[in-house]
Amino acid sequence: MIWQLDIIVLSMVMICAIAAISIRDLLGAGILFGAYSFLMCLLWSIMGAVDVAFTEASVGAGVSTVFFVAAVFRTTRRTRD
Amino acid sequence: MKLLATIVIFVWGGILFFTSFDFPYWGDGKSPASQHVSPYYIEHAMEDTSVPNIVTAVLADYRGYDTLFETAVIFSAGLACFFLLRVSDRKAPVFRLYRHQSTGVTLRIEKGGRLPENTGEFERIDSVWVPYDLIIVMTCRLVVPFIQLFALYVIVHGHHSPGGGFQGGVIFGAAIILFAISNNLRRSLKRMSERTSALLGSLGVTIYGGTGMLCILLGAGFLNYNALASLPGVDPLTARSLGILIVEIGVGIAVTAVMVWIYYNLSSAGKQDEGL
Amino acid sequence: MESIESLIIAKYNYWAVIVLLMVGLYAMITKKNLVKKIIGMNIFQTAIILFYVSIGAKKGATIPIIMHGPDHSSHAVQAMDYINPLPHVLMLTAIVVSVATLGVALALALNIYSQYGTLEEDEISEKIMKSEPG
Repeated sequence: MIWQLDIIVLSMVMICAIAAISIRDLLGAGILFGAYSFLMCLLWSIMGAVDVAFTEASVGAGVSTVFFVAAVFRTTRRTRD
Repeated sequence: MKLLATIVIFVWGGILFFTSFDFPYWGDGKSPASQHVSPYYIEHAMEDTSVPNIVTAVLADYRGYDTLFETAVIFSAGLACFFLLRVSDRKAPVFRLYRHQSTGVTLRIEKGGRLPENTGEFERIDSVWVPYDLIIVMTCRLVVPFIQLFALYVIVHGHHSPGGGFQGGVIFGAAIILFAISNNLRRSLKRMSERTSALLGSLGVTIYGGTGMLCILLGAGFLNYNALASLPGVDPLTARSLGILIVEIGVGIAVTAVMVWIYYNLSSAGKQDEGL
Repeated sequence: MESIESLIIAKYNYWAVIVLLMVGLYAMITKKNLVKKIIGMNIFQTAIILFYVSIGAKKGATIPIIMHGPDHSSHAVQAMDYINPLPHVLMLTAIVVSVATLGVALALALNIYSQYGTLEEDEISEKIMKSEPG
């Protein structure tokens, strides 16, 4: 419950989320979404929610990123906006 | 559309910002969320169920009905991916690429041609092909058993440490996905076929529901693990802990199978002949 | 009215949740690419999970695993010493549901791509309009 760490990680989470939706490469958006998931997991373990952090680390940063990359591999990587 | 979206966001964000001044302070011990039901769970979880991890005890015992349907939801997601994407092998246009190993010549064989199987010289390759990389294949081959062992530890040790059925199941599925990425998708399909993963998914949900039905057959209500104390060899103090373990194993099996199933369907777009 | 710093520390979590909700909603409404919309939906879901978990946090309390001796004997358990476990339980189900929804949404996007050849929403609308008779 160190509040300084909490405020820093929250700011990084907001920057990561805005970057993930503005980048024009879909593979980069998937990887940034994986980074966003990792930072969320760190945030929840700061707040003491260890089970939720464990689940988000394995699901969000593991399997979910693989699903995104697999979907981008099968469709296109470029986008106009 | 962008202007409308911006207006909606700022109006709604402003309203939420004004209501945030009424929320309890972050980290307050006396906030209303911590007052009514959760002190009961914290104080009585250890003596009722003898499971120190309160989150696992609440998830699988006090709120076990929710977790049963959560497992059903994840199984139906795997089923939905299957129905959306899977094309049968007869309908998809089939061409295969084979590469001669000594010279590097690639053959493309359309449907109806003769396939050079069972000769040692040709290997089947994907459409996006990279040369065989020894380091990646050997490293993943060494690492996968340890990841699976860790996943089994997480499932079974969920009573005393953070973890449980769902987390361990996802890690086990991720180990199989790692094997499928580092080697071919076809090699992974030979070891864990799609039919196996579908059957294991439904087996996990059946184990969970079956434990509930077993409790009814032994005389108590649905998912009331106190009834398991009448089975031979079960200590009445830890009957609920045993019930939680069985349902966590069921959840772990279901989640493993569904993660692998969704990966097979997504990475090959339904055709299941070549993947990532 | 306490000092500004203690107000910021107490409420910064909720303001960050509001910003993430708005970012996710903006991505779902405005972006034309289907995968960007799916990313916006997931950002929205994880922001809600962050909100619930930060409601259950307690200063000076430990993680919700009961401290016990080697033979399962424990001293009297005080509810103030442990972080509230109920939001954690609800949010575990929410994470499961979010990954299930992600799988189905990506399967739908793959199907749309194989039928229309593109993932941009305006090009798909044009192709549908052109192929409809009248």
